[in-house]
Formats: sequence, structure tokens, C-alpha cells
Amino acid sequence: MTNTILDINNLVVSIGKQPKGANIIDGISIQVRERETLCLVGESGSGKSVTSLTTMGLLPKGTLVPTGGSVKLVGEELLTATDRRLRQLRATKMAMIFQEPMTALNPVVPVGRQIDEVLRAHTSLDAKARKQRILDMMEQVRLPQVERIFASYPHRLSGGQRQRIMIAMALVLEPKLLIADEPTTALDVTTQKQILTLIRELQRDHGTAVLFITHDMGVVAEIADRVAVMRQGRLVETGPLETVLRNPTMEYTRNLLSSVPSLVPRAPREETREPVVLEANELSKVYKERAFFGKGREVVAADKVTLTLRKGRTLGIVGESGSGKSTVARCIVRLIDPTSGGVRLAGREIADISRRLLQPHRQKIQIVFQDPYRSLNPRVTVGESIAEGPVNYGVAHTDAMKRARELLELVGLPADAVTRYPHQFSGGQRQRIAIARALALDPDVLVADEAVSALDVSVQAQVLELLDEIQKRLGIAILFITHDLRVAAQICDEVVVMQHGRVVEQGPAAEVLTHPKEAYTKALLDAAPGRNWDFANFRPVEEGVGATA
Amino acid sequence: MLGYLLRRILAAVPVMGVVALFVFLLLRLTPGDPAAILAGDNATPERLERIRESLGLNEPLVVQFITWVNKLLHGDLGTSLISNLPVMKMIGQRVEPSISIALCTIILAVIVAVPLGVIAAWKHGTWIDRFVMGLSVLGFSVPVFVVGYLLIQVFAIELRWVPVQGFRSIFNGFGPFFERMILPTCALSFIYIALIARMTRAAMLDVLGEDYVRTARAKGINEVAVMMRHALRNAAVPVITVIGTGFALLISGVVVTESVFNIPGIGRLTVDAVLARDYPVIQAMILLTSLIYVVVNLLIDVAYTLLDPRIRY
Repeated sequence: MTNTILDINNLVVSIGKQPKGANIIDGISIQVRERETLCLVGESGSGKSVTSLTTMGLLPKGTLVPTGGSVKLVGEELLTATDRRLRQLRATKMAMIFQEPMTALNPVVPVGRQIDEVLRAHTSLDAKARKQRILDMMEQVRLPQVERIFASYPHRLSGGQRQRIMIAMALVLEPKLLIADEPTTALDVTTQKQILTLIRELQRDHGTAVLFITHDMGVVAEIADRVAVMRQGRLVETGPLETVLRNPTMEYTRNLLSSVPSLVPRAPREETREPVVLEANELSKVYKERAFFGKGREVVAADKVTLTLRKGRTLGIVGESGSGKSTVARCIVRLIDPTSGGVRLAGREIADISRRLLQPHRQKIQIVFQDPYRSLNPRVTVGESIAEGPVNYGVAHTDAMKRARELLELVGLPADAVTRYPHQFSGGQRQRIAIARALALDPDVLVADEAVSALDVSVQAQVLELLDEIQKRLGIAILFITHDLRVAAQICDEVVVMQHGRVVEQGPAAEVLTHPKEAYTKALLDAAPGRNWDFANFRPVEEGVGATA
Repeated sequence: MLGYLLRRILAAVPVMGVVALFVFLLLRLTPGDPAAILAGDNATPERLERIRESLGLNEPLVVQFITWVNKLLHGDLGTSLISNLPVMKMIGQRVEPSISIALCTIILAVIVAVPLGVIAAWKHGTWIDRFVMGLSVLGFSVPVFVVGYLLIQVFAIELRWVPVQGFRSIFNGFGPFFERMILPTCALSFIYIALIARMTRAAMLDVLGEDYVRTARAKGINEVAVMMRHALRNAAVPVITVIGTGFALLISGVVVTESVFNIPGIGRLTVDAVLARDYPVIQAMILLTSLIYVVVNLLIDVAYTLLDPRIRY
């Protein structure tokens, strides 16, 4: 029962072959036993993926090299194994699933054949037996219509289905060890819940040891038996799930847990009589696909969405991918043109006025995007990026640059950052820059489209705090688009829940997120990982806790 | 798939129409009397009148165009002003050598370049990679005629393995055809090998960074299968594009090669026609070249849909 499957002992991984190369992994030791799930938790750059790739022998050749320690799989040393031996072990003794099911499968090969490759490489079964075994496995991962999916190309399948294919591929030869590297991060919460359950069940049936890598404490609470916390290539703390969540001994672990936003909404702020700054009225967006012959297809991305936002308030739009939340945001900012319906910005209808007439109104509404790595022009200094907007509206360049310095200080960056380039900043800092850029035009409304989703929890907490503080100081209204109910619970006054382009439910956050009326909202809340844990207070959530936290 | 092909072929019709109109207007809109241009400086008045008659220049422009297109569709491209032979016949006689060179070149280039590119990408950063890239720079920078004369000097004059120049039809036996084809093909394919190898390497390097290649390795299949089954098929689309456009660009290379190896192909026919201002021949050559471009592009698009199931037709 307590067979150790994976034994990593004092592992060191360095950059390049030179002895002076920096250590990416600096002496970590972890064990994973049969039927056990060890969660390796850490923020980006902590070295958790490098640890898993080292085990699989998949480190990029020449750039990252294991320079010390040992990695043993069922007693066999992997660091000194030949390439040939490693190939034999992969898929048979150890297998891996990855974060992005969208890109992890070869787009030009049917999925059945991709699983078949594993069997052809490692077994001598004939074609018929192989196919039978694959269909069997596909049924085990609960794929519908296995014969059809067997012959399908990956782009025909949903993200969840593709991840099931990956799991089937990984487990078809019943390996002793399954390494799952953020396997649910790219999936919607409801799909995530299904995949986590699936991994749990398959592990129970096959007795697999699972090394589960994640940054999400909610997922940890759902799936882990034991937890290992990593930071900057070192092991911070390791122990059974309950112990780590209840009584973390290390400061870093405590901070990490405290940063996890609570699902319990923050205390509602008082209703205000401030003026309405943004109104969307039956806003719709229909994408038409024109066909050469015959009828085209229509996709309703947003269907009669109505919402109101007052000065100094935050309205959240929550929903899963494809729910239309980003479409609504982009229609409101007029990055795309709505098909019908109205948008009133500070009392002025802007949904159907021409781009030229719209220009003076653009400065009243600004947007911050999800990916801070791609939303800033890498060849323009931070100062110029921030000043560009005001300069467009006729502010003198020197004044705009002066304002840029003030804004950088407002978002918690040094004023002399104006002369630097985006690549010199971290993700969190870049998001601060993006916020400063949006604020440069003194907008009435700030639209944050998944603005904290790409950030680590500790950074996420800081950026949320910053938005809150800016709102208090400037009285700005925020339209906050997110898929993360925890984040929504902590920043929004009101929320709008969307599904398939429609508004399912809307109301005060404290109400909707604690006493949802609609089945879909309930399902969403129910699927939120780790909903039973109050991470920041190191204890489980008591039954029936209201909006009092 | 069939519907897609049909649509694509239909879409090619207006393109060819525009080309035809341009070719037609080329003569009519040049300042001065087209007949005089056609006839040259030393024409007699009778000859001028005959040309005017034969081109129907006394009719309105629209009628002229319709008559011209109608003739075109019946395979009548006019008569050469120099040799007095039907243009269709002249091209027919000359097309085989050129097509042979073009096809042999592209086949040789693909056979050599794609593996070179794959190996260079696989052994990225090693001396093999640098060697292939060095070779490719050489291929780009040495002109076709230099390679051509070098090859002739070494293999035809010094070693006497193959004839110096000339062309034999493949219908008169493969041996003579083949030995006269080797040198021009090698000379011309040099630059295409460079181009395609470079493109293959770049496309492969892109693809090798993809997640599904990592997945393939995680399955424990061998490197050759990873390269061929997973990487190369995904890298194929940009490579096919380059091969296609390369084929279209070949035509200019064929002209030089035909001169160096004294091969009676359409390249030399074109050059001669331009120098002699033999307008009907020039017109026919423009039409032919455009047709080749259109057909090659069509083939590329069909190849895309075969290679990548995500590209819908």
C-alpha cells in the first residue's frame, strides 16, 4: 500500500552545462506513493513544471540540465537512464498530461490514431486488439460516441473532450505514475470539476500515483492527499493536505493561502444615488458566417444584454468561455460594433454613431486586457505608451509625460519607469502599467477584461487592491469581466451571470453569489474548486455562512 | 471537396479574364498605330494594311475584343510576325523542354531540400545546422549561369560524363533525355534547394516548439516518428506555399538556364519574341504564364486542404 513510486531526492537542475549556471531547481526532495496524489503548488517560476519535465526526461536539451540528486521511478534511476530506456518508460511506467488541451494534440492526426501510436510503440498487439483497447479506454474517460470521436480530428472536440483524450492516451498502458501539469487550468470550472473527478476515479481503479501540478489552491483542496509548496526552485513546505491548509508552518505558505480570494462575497457597500455612467440596453451581437452557396450560419454571441453601472461602483460580468462576456465588453467599448441595442455612456448614446463622432467619447471609457505580456507595445517605452492617449486628445507632450509619471506612482511603480520598456517588468507590473495607461485619459468607466486572470494569486491580490483603491480615490466606475467567481466575490458590487450570450441572473454580488436563484449560477458556484475551504482563515467554510465575512 | 474544386476553378475565370483584357489592351492602347508598331520601322504600306486587316483594327474596340477572345478560346493565338507560323504551334513545339526542366528542378529541389531542412531543424544549433544554412546562403548568392557553366566545365568538358548542351524529347528514349537534363536541372535547382531548405527548417523549428510535439515525445515514440509524423506534416503548409510560388518564379530561371544549355524552350522563345517585338508571341506567353500561376495556386490551395483538416473547403 505504501510503495513509493516516485522518489525525487535532492534534485538540482541548472541552466546550461557550466558549473556556474544558475540553479532553477535547488535541491528538492519529494516522494509520491501508490494511490496517492501529491500536489506540487507554486506560483509561476517556482520550478514545478521543470521538476515534472525532468522526471519525464523532457527538458529542452542543452538549456536545462539536471546537475545533482536523483530521480527514481519504482527504484530505477532516471537521471542516468539512456534516451532509449526513457522512451521505453514513457507511457508504460510514467505518463504526463499537459495544461493546454487545445494545443497538446496534433491538429492534423485523428485522435484515435494519436492514442494508437502509444500502443504501436510499446506493445505488439494487432490492429483490432489495439482499437478495442483504445475504445475501452475512451469509454473509461467517459467520452460519448467513442467510434465517432476515434476518427475525429482534435479541432472537432471541445477542450474538456480533448483533455479526456489526453488522459486516455496517458493511462492506456496503466502507468504507475501520472504527472498532471495544470491539466484543468485552461478549462471552465464545470469541466474542471468533471476532469478532477475523473482523475480521482481512474486513480482509484488503477492504483496510479499522481503528481499533480497546479497554482490553484482551490484545486489542491479538491484533489490532493499531500501538498508540496515550491518557491523559486526550493521546497518550502510539505505535508498532508489538512495540515498544510490548517496549520501552514512557513510564512510563504501562509501568505499564499491568504492571497486566495474568498468565495464569500465581501460586505456589500451602501447603495448609492450617484449618476449612472454606463447603460447597455438590449445589446446584441450576431456573427454571420457568409457561405458561398446556400445559407450562412448565425452565431448569437450576445443576446439582448441590459446592464447599468453607477459612478464609483463595480459591476462584474461572470461566465464561462463562450458565454459572451467579452463580446459584451468589446461592444460597450465599441471595439466591435453591436448588431442592435443601445449603449449610453455618460448620458450619450454611442452604440450606432460613426467612428469619427465616437472619437471624443472614447476617452470616457478605457479597457485593460487579460494578457499583460501582449497588450503593451514592446518597442515603445512605458511612458510613451501611457502618454499616447492624452497626446491624441491634444495634451502637450511634456504635460502628458508629467502625468504619466504621476500615474505610475499612483499604480505603485517608480516614476522613472517612464523611460523603460515593457520587457523590463513582471506580469503584475505590466498590468499596473496597463491600468495607468487606461487611467491617463481620466475615463468615467474602466473596463477590465479578465485583467487579473493571467496573474499569480499574490500578484492578483495586489492588483485587485489597487483597483479598489483607485476607485475610492477617483470615483471611477469599473466593469469587471471575469470567469473567476472568487475574484468577482471580492471586487464586485453587482454581478451579471452570462451563459450562451444571455444574462442568466443579475443582482447584488452578495445576493447572487450566496443565494443564487438560477440553476446555472448554482452549478457554477458548486463547481468552484475548494468551495468548502476558507483559505485565508485556514479553516473549512462553515455551513450556511452568509455575506458577513 | 468536389464542390470546392469547382468553386476554385470558377473563381479563376475572372482572373484569367482580367489578364486577357490586359494582354488585349497592351497592343491597342500603346500610343500610335498598333499595325505600325507590329510591322516595325521598315514596313511597306501593303504590309501595314494586311496587319490592320488581320487584327480587325477597323472594327470598334469591343468587337475587336470579342473576336479576339473567341479566337483565343478556339486555340487561335494569332500568327507570329517574324516566322509567320501560328503562335500556338510555335509554343507547342517549345513547351516540352521548359516543362521538363521546371518539373525536374522542383522535384529534385524538394527531394534534397526537405530532408536537409528537417535535419537542420532537428540538429538545431549544431555544426550540421550551420553547414546546411551555409550551403543555403551559397545557393542564394551564386547566380544560375555561374553554377551552370561550372557544371558544364566539370562534368561535360573535364569528366565527359554528359553532353555539354542540347535537348532530347523524353519520347525518343529516357537515356538521352535524362543525360541532357541532369546539368540544367542541377544548376537551376541550386537556388530552390536553398530556398526550400531554409523554409522547411524555419517551419520545423516553429512546430518543434509546439505542445503536441512534447506530447508525442511524452508518449515514448522514437524521434524519427516525432519528426516525420508529428512535426513535418504540420510544417508542410508554409513549405508547400514556398514550393508553389517557387514553381511560378521558376519561369524566369528557365530562361537563363535555356540560354546556358542551349535548350530550345519557351524561355528562349519569349526572349527572342521580346527582342523582335513579336507581339502575338509575347501576348501568348503572358497568357500562358498567368495560366500557370493560376493553376499552381489552385493546386497549392487543394494541397492545403489535404494536409490540414482544419482548413475548410
